[in-house]
Amino acid sequence: MSSELPTWKEIPIAGTILEPGNSVKYKTGDWRTFRPVIDQEKCVRCLFCWAYCPDAAVKIVEKPYRTQSGREYQFSVEIDYDYCKGCGICANECPAKAIQMVEEVK
Amino acid sequence: MPERYYKSLRDLPKEEYLASGHRLCAGCAAGTIIRHLLKVAGPNTIVVTATGCLEVATTPYPLTAWRVPWIHVAFENAASVASGVEAAIKALQRKGLIDPSKRINIIAIGGDGGTYDIGFQALSGMLERGHKVMYLLYDNEAYMNTGIQRSGGTPQFAWTTTTPAGRVWKGKHQPKKPISDIVAAHRIPYVATANPAYVLDMVNKFRRALEVEGPSFVHVIQPCPTGWRFDPSKSIEIAKLATETGMWINWELDHGEFRVTVPVPKRKHVKHYIRAQGRFRHLTDEDIEKIQEYINKEVERINKLVGKEVIGPLAE
Repeated sequence: MSSELPTWKEIPIAGTILEPGNSVKYKTGDWRTFRPVIDQEKCVRCLFCWAYCPDAAVKIVEKPYRTQSGREYQFSVEIDYDYCKGCGICANECPAKAIQMVEEVK
Repeated sequence: MPERYYKSLRDLPKEEYLASGHRLCAGCAAGTIIRHLLKVAGPNTIVVTATGCLEVATTPYPLTAWRVPWIHVAFENAASVASGVEAAIKALQRKGLIDPSKRINIIAIGGDGGTYDIGFQALSGMLERGHKVMYLLYDNEAYMNTGIQRSGGTPQFAWTTTTPAGRVWKGKHQPKKPISDIVAAHRIPYVATANPAYVLDMVNKFRRALEVEGPSFVHVIQPCPTGWRFDPSKSIEIAKLATETGMWINWELDHGEFRVTVPVPKRKHVKHYIRAQGRFRHLTDEDIEKIQEYINKEVERINKLVGKEVIGPLAE
């Protein structure tokens, strides 16, 4: 990172940041010690995890899903492991108990 | 009942204007609050923040998590800067340099330090001058960014590094300053308190606050895993407990009309909320009874204000 930093001549006046939302370059996923794993079979798509996530790391994706019992959903909910900090709010708040926190091991 | 703009979580906009990759602690509810605020406000928004966790964590130079124009000047003047931005936009619209029909949201965001203590004068001035700015207070009840020092928003008996708990001191002596009541005394169009555990209630209040003509103020509780000493996964659970015990009451004052938006038919004992947090671990059962008495009085006051029992009796 340090080698990519601009020099003082390249920095805009007053140090303004001209690229909105460029914090996505910094991956906070490596802060995590426990990873949330969603069981798509148990998930009822209530979106509580998506609403409560402080890091916008729970994504709503256009992936239709059919459970073994025959329920059909138009979309799925997935976790963006690049940014998930592993706080566990999603697993704690999930009413269907569909999210498990699994330890990160190599 | 007033109109509810968002009836379920599926009605909320899917766009994110607070990007991932910000450096707020894991489990910090400020991320949740600001994400929803920006979802409701949309792209035509200018944000001013006071110094605080949010400002430091979202803009580590040369990166920024904001996808809307954002400015930070100093700790004490978020409301003054927002007033200036609003006046400048009005002038540009009058001169025809910006389309006068274009609605631009101006939002000032302060933490409890930047609102209760340091930024209070600027806030009071902004409210008195009547600028059309929404002020959001995210209240984590101490100066968390500099390492947990007491603020005007710290509740009674809470441990902080400047109100230590020992044989003589039991944390902070004084009760929390009733900032929302003080702001309401400025007779501004809209004042509300909200809780991130009740997302729909919170986003509807944000929407209403952005819509009214004139200044508006929303006070949101923000559990802080680092400063309140609890596991990051419990942030929302503790926020919910605050409302269920009556420690935090979700109300709104819309043009003089007072409403409690999240009624609690049966109240839990405050010990459930207190015992979940490390900052209250030095308290004995008698101390907790003192807090309970304080809450009972507050609930009685609110019920009298509404005219019926919106917050129910103690059940467990």
